[in-house]
Amino acid sequence: MRITQHPILDYPPKREVRFTFEGREITGYEGEPIAAALHAAGVRLLRETPKGRPRGLFCAIGNCSSCYVVVDGVSNVRSCVEPLRDGMVVARQIGHGTLPEAVDHDAHQ
Amino acid sequence: MMHTSDIAIVGGGPAGLSAAIVAAEQGHRTLVIDRQTVLGGQLIKQTHRFFGSKAQHAGTRGFEIGKALAAQVSGNANTDVWLDSTVIGYYREDGILLVERPQGLATVKADRIILATGASEKALAFPNNDLPGVYGAGAVQTLMNVHGVLPGQRAVMIGAGNIGLIVGYQLIQAGVQVVAVIEAAPRVGGYWVHAAKLARAGVPIHTSSTVVEALGEESVRGVRVVKVDSAWRAIPGSEFELDCDLVCLAVGLSPLVELAVLAGCEIAYVPELGGYVPWHDQEMQTTVPGIFVAGDAGGVEEASSAMVGGELAGLAAANSLRPFAGHGERMSSAREALAALRAGPTADKVRGGFAKLAAARQGRCST
Repeated sequence: MRITQHPILDYPPKREVRFTFEGREITGYEGEPIAAALHAAGVRLLRETPKGRPRGLFCAIGNCSSCYVVVDGVSNVRSCVEPLRDGMVVARQIGHGTLPEAVDHDAHQ
Repeated sequence: MMHTSDIAIVGGGPAGLSAAIVAAEQGHRTLVIDRQTVLGGQLIKQTHRFFGSKAQHAGTRGFEIGKALAAQVSGNANTDVWLDSTVIGYYREDGILLVERPQGLATVKADRIILATGASEKALAFPNNDLPGVYGAGAVQTLMNVHGVLPGQRAVMIGAGNIGLIVGYQLIQAGVQVVAVIEAAPRVGGYWVHAAKLARAGVPIHTSSTVVEALGEESVRGVRVVKVDSAWRAIPGSEFELDCDLVCLAVGLSPLVELAVLAGCEIAYVPELGGYVPWHDQEMQTTVPGIFVAGDAGGVEEASSAMVGGELAGLAAANSLRPFAGHGERMSSAREALAALRAGPTADKVRGGFAKLAAARQGRCST
């Protein structure tokens, strides 16, 4: 949920952009962290650890690795600091990440 | 290409910016490197008015202090600012910093380095502490106060130090219901003025209590709490549950000392200052000549003291490059300001921590 009224702060309007998370289309603000847009849309489960534990946002400033997601095929993206761009394809990261261009070892044998 | 500078400052929060202002004032070419896209560090999410004296911007809200310091630094012709830039290495042999920038890797050679890297939030060990919905207090502040997003609807705050109390009140300001504050110590650790704001809003503060576990499958739906005795042992039969979708951990911070370790600075373990802390002298210099430390990176305290510490480090680094008139007086008045900020019972722990750090240094130096 977005904060619409605050006694101290103003939230200046930003440009809306569309992205997808797990195939679902979501609207967020350009340049805000991906995790902020996901939280605003009610999504808090961002990752599943190699041991199958659900994980979400913890530090929100890029210190920890709790909020890793896959963005446009790239693993281990810190959703708390990665700016949202129009058309991003975001997915939950399941287990360890994979290299962006996975090497087909069989093909080289 | 290698960038050269007189003084490189790692971290553009209250300490780093304060250091940059005094260093550039002495005519030194200064470079501020920060991994975020805006200067100010964690000041950008502080909505409360600061205490202290006029020199530390008392009465002004934290984010406004951050903006003012950032403007002063950005407007200085002697100062370069690299944003979205993370220092990822330090080569001891030649004193070179390796920096990851949007345009690629860069190297920086500076005559003096000030580490103002800040701190990271501590976690608390209990089952399910990794569930989505369990956040560090700073994360909750960032989400609400910087990005305008609510972290949940019903919050339980763990920790009644200043951060727990302040963020607890900020949750209410943002429209979140704060169910309770849980504090293991027998009394509130933060300033009473902050506790009073929560009490007036009807938030119960459970002292001598701790969280046993978080409840939930995919995200938090509650916490189980137990009372503890004077030896921190759980009191049988005293457990109770609280419904919430947000658990906020405000149980302290640890200095970010990776760069200091990489540079070979001697590190002491001082729990009162947040854990591992680079040894530093009265001039804020670490055991590696030419490398200074300021702010939470040199011992977790408050933003006000970080600003004064940054000033001390900036003055000392500048004077070590080229002695300047009035250096001694400015150092003593900054030290007096720091002593004033550390006066009073809420700073007992910090004072004890710095005494311990100083003693550890003496012990080390005499051997």
